[in-house]
Order: sequence, then structure tokens, then C-alpha cells
Amino acid sequence: METLETIMAKHDFLSRMKKPHLKILSGCASNVVFKPDQYIFHEGERADRFYLIRAGKVAIEIRSPEKDSITIDTVGQGEVIGWSWLVPPYRWHFDARAVELTRAIALDGRCLRTKCERDHDLGYELLKRFTNVVVQRLSATRLQLLDLYGNPLKRSKK
Amino acid sequence: MSISTENPMLTTPFRIKGVRKETHDTFTLELESQNGKFSFEPGQFNMLYVYGIGEVPISISSDPTKPDGRLTHTAREVGVVTKAMKQMRTGDTLGVRGPFGTRWPLEEAVGRDVVIVTGGIGLAPLRPALYQLIAKRNQYRKVVLLYGARTPDEILYQKELQKWGGEFDLEVHVTVDRATGAWRGNVGVVTTLISRALFDPSNAIAMVCGPEIMMRYTIQELGKRGISNERIYVSMERNMKCAIGFCGHCQFGPMFVCQDGPVFQFNQIAPFFGKQEV
Amino acid sequence: MSKQLSLKMPKARTERAEESKFILEASHLGQLLSALIGKGYRAIGPTVRDGAIVYDELHSLRDLPVGYTDEQAPGCYRLEKGGGRAFFNYTVGPQSWKKFLHPPSLRLWKADREDHRFQVVQEIEQTTKFAFLGVRSCELQAILIQDKVFMGGQFVDPVYQACRDNIFVVAVNCTKPGGTCFCQSMGTGPKATVGFDLALTEVLEAKAHYFVLEVGSKKGAEVLAEIPYRQADKKRIQTANRILARSAKRMGRAMDQTNLKELLYKNYEHPRWKEVASRCLSCANCTMACPTCFCTTVEDLTDLTGQHAERWRKWDSCFAMDFSYIYGGSVRRSVKSRYRQWMTHKLATWVDQFGMSGCVGCGRCITWCPVGIDITEEVRAIRGQTSKPKSPKSYKEKN
Repeated sequence: METLETIMAKHDFLSRMKKPHLKILSGCASNVVFKPDQYIFHEGERADRFYLIRAGKVAIEIRSPEKDSITIDTVGQGEVIGWSWLVPPYRWHFDARAVELTRAIALDGRCLRTKCERDHDLGYELLKRFTNVVVQRLSATRLQLLDLYGNPLKRSKK
Repeated sequence: MSISTENPMLTTPFRIKGVRKETHDTFTLELESQNGKFSFEPGQFNMLYVYGIGEVPISISSDPTKPDGRLTHTAREVGVVTKAMKQMRTGDTLGVRGPFGTRWPLEEAVGRDVVIVTGGIGLAPLRPALYQLIAKRNQYRKVVLLYGARTPDEILYQKELQKWGGEFDLEVHVTVDRATGAWRGNVGVVTTLISRALFDPSNAIAMVCGPEIMMRYTIQELGKRGISNERIYVSMERNMKCAIGFCGHCQFGPMFVCQDGPVFQFNQIAPFFGKQEV
Repeated sequence: MSKQLSLKMPKARTERAEESKFILEASHLGQLLSALIGKGYRAIGPTVRDGAIVYDELHSLRDLPVGYTDEQAPGCYRLEKGGGRAFFNYTVGPQSWKKFLHPPSLRLWKADREDHRFQVVQEIEQTTKFAFLGVRSCELQAILIQDKVFMGGQFVDPVYQACRDNIFVVAVNCTKPGGTCFCQSMGTGPKATVGFDLALTEVLEAKAHYFVLEVGSKKGAEVLAEIPYRQADKKRIQTANRILARSAKRMGRAMDQTNLKELLYKNYEHPRWKEVASRCLSCANCTMACPTCFCTTVEDLTDLTGQHAERWRKWDSCFAMDFSYIYGGSVRRSVKSRYRQWMTHKLATWVDQFGMSGCVGCGRCITWCPVGIDITEEVRAIRGQTSKPKSPKSYKEKN
């Protein structure tokens, strides 16, 4: 049977992570499953976890009072959601909703924050990986802002 | 073929057999040649002439494996000619000059994984390549189609996309920049799909078509996955007036896009690609 | 360059072209013109109009600019009638032979509509047989370059080819290079080496006025057979050679071609482009005057009833704002990028496209630039050999 540690070792986000570090991480990890349309977290709530998606799809959403939630990004297998646990005030900035049946490994952020403070090598390793994710999401968002496929005629009329 | 060998500047009237609205600003015209024949290579384009108004380059989007004279073009209303074209109806006549330009590297891709990354109306020039990949599916290994659209309503060829993913062993991933309504698919730019897609970068060929900015970031992502510039092919767009290398309008560095392209092996154009105002 | 070009020449033109030289007395030049007209050619040559030497139909030798000289400098052209008997004592004017081979405006086809259909009617025009009299070496090279553009690729321009196949070329070697000439440094002159049917070097001495004549083709030999000539003697040949050697040394300008292609490919971001753009008016004069610039656009027209449509092809210029228009806007929006496109195409990307430089050193773009931008100067600036742009000096001095 696969242990959490071996499952985690295979996840893209943790590829080539050193064994001792993986061991520490697995100490803070647990298996989770979300049903379609189940919310994983809500904006404003305390952010004390992050998730390694093993299967399924999660929508990152912004709530809007006058219409349905707006999906700004979807995240799937091999990816990670949640970095608010890393930065004060440790509250979620968005909603996350499972679009389909989603399996993930949840990592306890509070537990990890303490361990990272104690082991800066682990902290730096995690920070590098999260920075990479943040950079990718930021550049993807910038491209999204360009409205690349918008009709140039309509754009120039505005 | 519809290029007069004696005079490549002459257009040939084709009858419009059908018009289909694809999205709010795109439409597909099905044309019929007088002699029932029209052969072309995937990736090539035609110059379409609307009587008295003008001529524009439009990529061919029909099935190259069936040279039965059935010729389709998907165009977007972006100027006077395409606006007039959008108003045309079955039975009307359109001038056709072509096919022109280079092809997608389908022969070079035999025995390899094929990764197609497109955005917006960029799917249209790749449709003939997809038809050919499907027709000779066993010659290729994994075939991945990553397609980005603006909104769910602006996804081209929706039924076919489903069919390709369902029936023909193609891995099809569609994403939209803006989710609307009941969309349950991916949201985010098409480049985000590249890191998630399953293919073997050491033995893959990529074909890319979309707005230049989208192609630039796509090439970066493909590079990160380990596909080198020689195995990336892109379809370029520039002003084309003559399509036969005489008018100079489509020049891009030392290339004329009409003749040396529109499909380029990326390493050929890399020094000029993304340079401002070249 | 000329070596490379000569390989592309039909055999008849190069065969023993250098072997024999003849003397054509100046008084017999009119008979050459008559012979050409007699053979059904429409003779075209230099003539004076609107204060410049232009190319137009020649009916007699009186149409030639006899006794005229020109003075050329950046942004400056002056024609002077100094008197004398010389037929060809000037260099090239604002026009080139491309206006005949590649017309500035041309109807490509007509179409007629009936109900939902239309029929396209190809233009079938009687091709004019042109005899070009007074083609300079740089211009011959320019014609060979346009041959490559319109006949050397995947497609052939049938209009160009029909005209080109029927021309008769009487080249005239340059004995008086102009102030903006630099053919010597481009390897394209001043002596015509290929591409002519007959070539003349004018010699005007106190008591003699004659042409040393060379035959470049069978067609040329046939025409020669119809006019009085004699075998050239050594002394006269030497005189002509001496004049041409002196001419080669008197070029107003020079362009260093060393690694020029690589230089420009490396310098897309050079600050000089911005500097030259501050002077360039983007008027397109250089492209219109250039004998190798070939860009065109098309215009689609209908008559008022809408039943009759036409397509016209017209000269266009990469300096025009909408030249690079694709939906949403133009690719080259700044003057900087358009000047860079023009010069980099002419001297660098052209080489990769057609195997030769797109510049023949005729100097027209310098003379006819209203602000006197000098392509040789711009190259030096990119090379880092100069920093100050030259003003159109001689123009100021004269006024």
C-alpha cells in the first residue's frame, strides 16, 4: 500500500524534494476528497491549509453580489492551491470550489509554519516552489488581462 | 488548385454552398469549385475575393484528405471584406485564389507525439491538420490539442472538439479566459494547459497558432517542457496582398509570410519573432 | 555580384560579349535609333522634361538631352545646358526603367456580374516591344534584380515577363558619374558588363565624336548589321577604357559592403534609427525613385451600376503607414521602424531573399530625398564611423 509520503513524492509540486523534508511534510498531511460543487475554502476564512491536487479540478472564484461567482482560474491534477497560509494575515483571498470529484492531500499550514521557522532549509525549499507557482499564476493572469482573442475592431471602437 | 499557372493574379469564382455562424463574429463558408476539385496541404491559405470590395487571406479549414472540391474557410469579421463576406449567402459567388504557403509538419510528426496549441480563431488553420492526424491516427503517438478561447460562447467547432476528444483518441483540453454561464471546463490562458498536458517532450512536435503574444508565451512554456525551437512550428500573420511574393506587404525579416510561411519552423524566425515593429 | 548575375544570363548574351569592339560614329547614332524603330521597337530614352532628365519615347535624336549635364547632391538635382555635342554627359534622373517593366499602375483584370455570379476577364494587352536606349550599368543591374523578384521564384509575374522578354537594351557606359553615385563600390558600374544587347561608350574629342560599341547578344548583332560601323582600333578602345577608369574613380560616394548584412541584422536596436527618423518625412520618394523597389498594393473598384469591377495594381511603399496593416493596426507604426525596414531590406534581408543586394548604387534615393538622407552616410553611422548627419550642403551653398 502506498503511504502518504510516497504519494506526495510523486506529486509534481514536490518533485525532487529531499527525503527528510518529505517526511516532515507528510507529518502535517492528510488525504481529502471533495464532491462536485463542494467548497474547499471561502474568501476571508482562516487559511491554515494548502492542497496538492491528485485528481479532479478546482475553480478559484470571486463572489459577486449581483451575479454568479466568477471563475478566474481552474487548477487540476499535479497542481497546488492555496498560498494564503504562508502570508499574514493567513486568510483566504478567494473561494475554491471542486468542479468535479477532487482528490487532494491537505497540508496543515499552521503546523508547517512552525516547522519552517525551525528548519529554514525546509522553509526556503517550500518558498521557492510556492514562488514559482505564484509567478506562473501572475503571468497567466496578466495574459488573461490582455483579452488576446477579443475582436480588435470592437476594441478600437471603445 | 485554383491558381492559374499562367496568371497567379487571377481569381476563380466559387459558389457558396453553405454558410454557418460559428460565434458572434466568426462564420464558416463552404465553397464549391466548378470542377469539383481542390487539393491543398494543411496550413495553407486562400485569397478570397468579394466582388468589387476586396481580397483577404483566409486559412483553409476543410479536410485535406477528401479532395472533393469541398472547401471551407472560417473567418472573423474584422474589416470591410470580412464584413461583406459574413453577409454572403448560399448561392453567392466568391473569388478564390490559392492555395498558397507552407504546410504543417505532419510528415515530420510521424512516429512522434503531436502537441497542438491554439487560441481563438487560430484553431481554423489547424483543423485540416487535425483531420489528417485523425485520418492517419495510427502513424502518430499521443495527439494533444490545447485550445484557448475568450469565452465559452466563442469556442469554435464545439461539436467537433467533443467528437475528437471522445472518438478519436485525441487528448483535447479547452480553456476559456472568461467563464460565463454554466461553464464547467477550464478557466485560464491556454499556456497554463501546457504544463499539465501529458506528452513526451523529447519526442514531440508542436504546432502553434494564435495571436502573436499568445504564441510567444506558448513557445516559452513548450521550451520549459523541453521542446526545442526546431520542433515547434508556428503560423504567422502579416498583411498579404498578392500571396505570391511580389507585393512586399507581408515581409517579416528575410521572409515573405505568403511564400516562406505562413507555417514556419520556429528556429527559422526566432531572431525576428517578438521584435518590435519588424 | 556581377559574376553571380552573369550566371543567370541566357547564353547568347554572354557569348563572346567582350570579344569584339566596334566604332559607331556619333553621326550614325540616329541610324541606330531608326533601325530599332524600324524593327518595331518603341524606342525609349532620356529626354528633358520639367527640369529633369526622364525616360520617354524617342522619335529622333533631337529628343535626347544633347549638351545637358546634371548636378546631384543629397536632396538636390540641377540640370544645366552647358552646350556641347555630348549625348550622354549626365547620370540617372528621378525615373528608372521599372516604370516600363513594372508599371506604376496596372489593371490586372476585369469582372462582370450577373445575378449572383461574376466572370473574371483577364487583361490581354498587346505587349509593347521596348528598345531602351541609354541604360546605365546600375540600371541594368537593377533590371536583373527585378528579374529575380518577378521571374526567379515560385511564381512568375506574367506582365513583367511579357515585357521583359521583348526588350532591346542599348546600354551607355557612364563617363561622368554624379555626386550621389556609388556604383563602383557596389560592383554594379560604371561599365555595363551583362544584360545588354548593345553597349556604347561615348568619346568626345576636339575633332572626333564616336562610340566604342560592344555587342552583347545575337539580337544586338542583328541590329548592328543594319547600321554603319567599323572595327575598333586599339587606340580608340584604350581611350574609352581610360575614360571609364577615370569615371570609376570619380564617384561622388561609396558604400562599404563589408559584412553589411550581418551589421544590419545585428543592429535592429541601433539609436541611429531614431535619429534618422527625426529627419525622414516618410514621403516614400526613395522607394518610388529606387530602380529595384518593387512593392505594390491592389485596389478593387466597381462602376456605379456595380455590374463591372476591376482590380488594379499600384506601386506602394513600405514607408506608407498602412503598408503593414493587419486587423487591429499596423505592424510598423513608427517612422523609425519603416526606415529601418526599408534600409535593412535593401541591404541585408534582400541578400537572403534574392541572393544579392537590393542596392545598385544609383544614388537616386539620396538625390530625391527632400531632406537629403544619404543611405551611404546611414550605413557609416550604423558602423559607428560618423555621428553627425550631413545637411543637404550643396543645395544651401547654391542658394
